Amino acid sequence: MSMASTAKKEIISLQGIRKSFKVARRTAGVKQAFKSLFVRETTTVEALKDISFAINEGEIVGYIGPNGAGKSTTIKIMSGILVPDEGGCTIMGYTPWKERTAYVKEIGVVFGQRSQLWWDVPVIDSYELLRDIYKIPIPQYNRNLETLTETLELQTILNTPVRQLSLGQRMRCEIAASLLHGPRILFLDEPTIGLDAVSKIAVRQFIKRLNEETGVTVILTTHDMNDIEALADRILMIGKGTLLYDGSLSELRRRFGTQRVITVDYSVNAQPIQIPGTELMSWSPERGIYSIDTERVTIADVIAKLAQQVEIKDIAVESKPVEEIIVQLYKEHQV
Amino acid sequence: MNGYTAVWKLRFINGLQYRSAAYAGVATQLFFGFIFIMVFIAFYSHSTSQPPISLEQIVAYIWLQQIFLSFIMLWFRDPEIFELITSGNIAYELCRPCDIYPFWYSKLLAQRFSSAVLRCFPIMLVVFFLPEPYRLMPPPSFTGFILFFITLVLGLFLVVAISMLIYISVFWTLSPTGSTLMISIAGEFFAGLTFPIPFMPLWLQKIAYWLPFRWTADFPFRVYSGHIPVEEALVGIGMQAGWLAVLVLFGKWLLRIALRRVVVQGG
Repeated sequence: MSMASTAKKEIISLQGIRKSFKVARRTAGVKQAFKSLFVRETTTVEALKDISFAINEGEIVGYIGPNGAGKSTTIKIMSGILVPDEGGCTIMGYTPWKERTAYVKEIGVVFGQRSQLWWDVPVIDSYELLRDIYKIPIPQYNRNLETLTETLELQTILNTPVRQLSLGQRMRCEIAASLLHGPRILFLDEPTIGLDAVSKIAVRQFIKRLNEETGVTVILTTHDMNDIEALADRILMIGKGTLLYDGSLSELRRRFGTQRVITVDYSVNAQPIQIPGTELMSWSPERGIYSIDTERVTIADVIAKLAQQVEIKDIAVESKPVEEIIVQLYKEHQV
Repeated sequence: MNGYTAVWKLRFINGLQYRSAAYAGVATQLFFGFIFIMVFIAFYSHSTSQPPISLEQIVAYIWLQQIFLSFIMLWFRDPEIFELITSGNIAYELCRPCDIYPFWYSKLLAQRFSSAVLRCFPIMLVVFFLPEPYRLMPPPSFTGFILFFITLVLGLFLVVAISMLIYISVFWTLSPTGSTLMISIAGEFFAGLTFPIPFMPLWLQKIAYWLPFRWTADFPFRVYSGHIPVEEALVGIGMQAGWLAVLVLFGKWLLRIALRRVVVQGG
C-alpha cells in the first residue's frame, strides 16, 4: 500500500486487551464424574493476552489465526458483546461495552456460524424488523435495500422463508441484513465458512466493492487464505492469544518470497532422493516435492542434482502459496 | 414503529401460522374442561357442607382457564430464546441497539397472544351455548366484565414477567428443563390451576395470597364471576401492578448480572 499523504483517521484502537475464561474440566470416567458433583475443577484459559492494534478508517483487515486463537473473542469484544478483563478499546470514540446501545448502531456484524434471520418467515420480514430496531428512516432503508438487493442478487429470494434458502443464499441475506442501517464498520466473522466456490467469490467481490464505494472499514476473520488474498490490505495474525504479525500481505510474501516449491515427476525410482539445502515435502516412486530457499540453493542446482539421479519427466516451480506461508508462521510461533 | 412493537408484531404473525396446533388445542381444552366440570358436579351433588364458591362460578373458573390457557400457563415457552442462550446465538441480540429485556418480553407476549387469539374464540363459541350446568355464564355486571378484562391483561403481563425469570435462569443452568419444571409446577399450583384456590385449606390459601402466582389466573377468573366483589377487585388491581413492577425490576436486574458474566457459547 502506498503511504497516503493525508493521514487516515484512526477508527479502532485496542490497548492491552486481556480476557480469560474459566473452563470446567474433568477427566473421563464415572468416578471423576461423581467427584465433579461436589468439587468442580476449573482451569483458566487465557483467550487474549495483551492485544493491541489500531485500524484506520476504510481499511480491510484480515484477522487470522488457528482455531481457538482468540479471533472470535476479539470480535466479540469489539462488537460490545464481551467485556475484557483488562485493557482499553476505543472505536469511533465509543467504548463498546460501556456505550453498547449507541455504539452498535454504527456497526454491522456477521457471525458466519450463526443466523440473525428469523427462520420461519420470509427474509424481507426480518429486514423490516431490523429497520424498526435500528430506527432506519424509510427512504434510507429503501435506498439501502435496493442497492443491496441489486448487488447481492437478492430479488428472487427476499420473499422466501429463510429455512428454504441454501447456505450461499442465506449468507448473502445475512450480509445484507448487517448493512441495512449503513454501518461505518463491518465485522465479518468467517463470512465464507461452508460456502461453495461461486458463492465465496460473490461474497468477496461484494465486500471489495462495498469498501471501495462506501469506505466502510471491514474486519474479517477467516480460515480461507483466498479470502485474505482477494480482500485484505493488511493482516493481523493471532495465535494463543497474542498478536504475531501485523503488516501487509505483500510484506509477508516478501519475507517468504525466496521460498519455492519444486514438483518433479520422474520415471520410477525406489528411493527418495535427498538434496542438500532442500526439504523433501512429499515423495512417491514417481514424484517428489521439494521446498527450497533460493538464498541457500539455486533452482538450477537442484534440478541439475535431480537430473543426475533420475530421469526427469516433468518439472514445475512455484512460489509458496500464502496458505503455506501462514502454516510456516504458525509453526515458527508454535501455535 | 418501535423495535419492540415490531418484534411483537412479527412474533404475533409468526404465531398465527400454527393453526393445526391450535385446532388440536381447542379439542383438548374442551375435553379437559368437561372432565373437570364433571368432577365438580359430582363433588357438589354429594357435598354436605356449604362450598366456598358456587357451581356456576366454578364452571366459569374452569372454562376461563381453558379459554385463556396460553395466557396463564407457565410451561408455555419459547424454545427459541432457550436456544439463543445455550447455543450462543444471543451474540446477535447483543449487538442490536435495544435492550434485551423488553425485546424478549415483547416476543413472549406476542407468542402467548397469538396462541390465545387462535384458541379462545372457537372455545368461547362452544361454551357460551352449552346446556346447563356446563354453560359459561356471562359476567354478572358490565363493571365486572371491564374489571375482568383489566385483571386478565395485567395477569398476562405478570405471567410473562415470571416466565422471563425462567429464561434468565438459563444463563446459569444452561438447561431449561429444571427451571421450567420447578417454577411451572409450583407456580401453577399456587395460581389455582391444579385446583381452585377457594378449595385450599386456609393456611395454604394464605401462602397463595402471599405469592405472585394467583394474581395471574385465580384472581381475574374470580373477578369475572363476581366471586371477588368490585372493591376487592380494585385493591387487587393495585396488587397486580405492584407485583408487576417488582418482578420486572428484579428480572431486569438479574438479566444485567447475567449479561455481565455471559460467555457466548461456542466459537
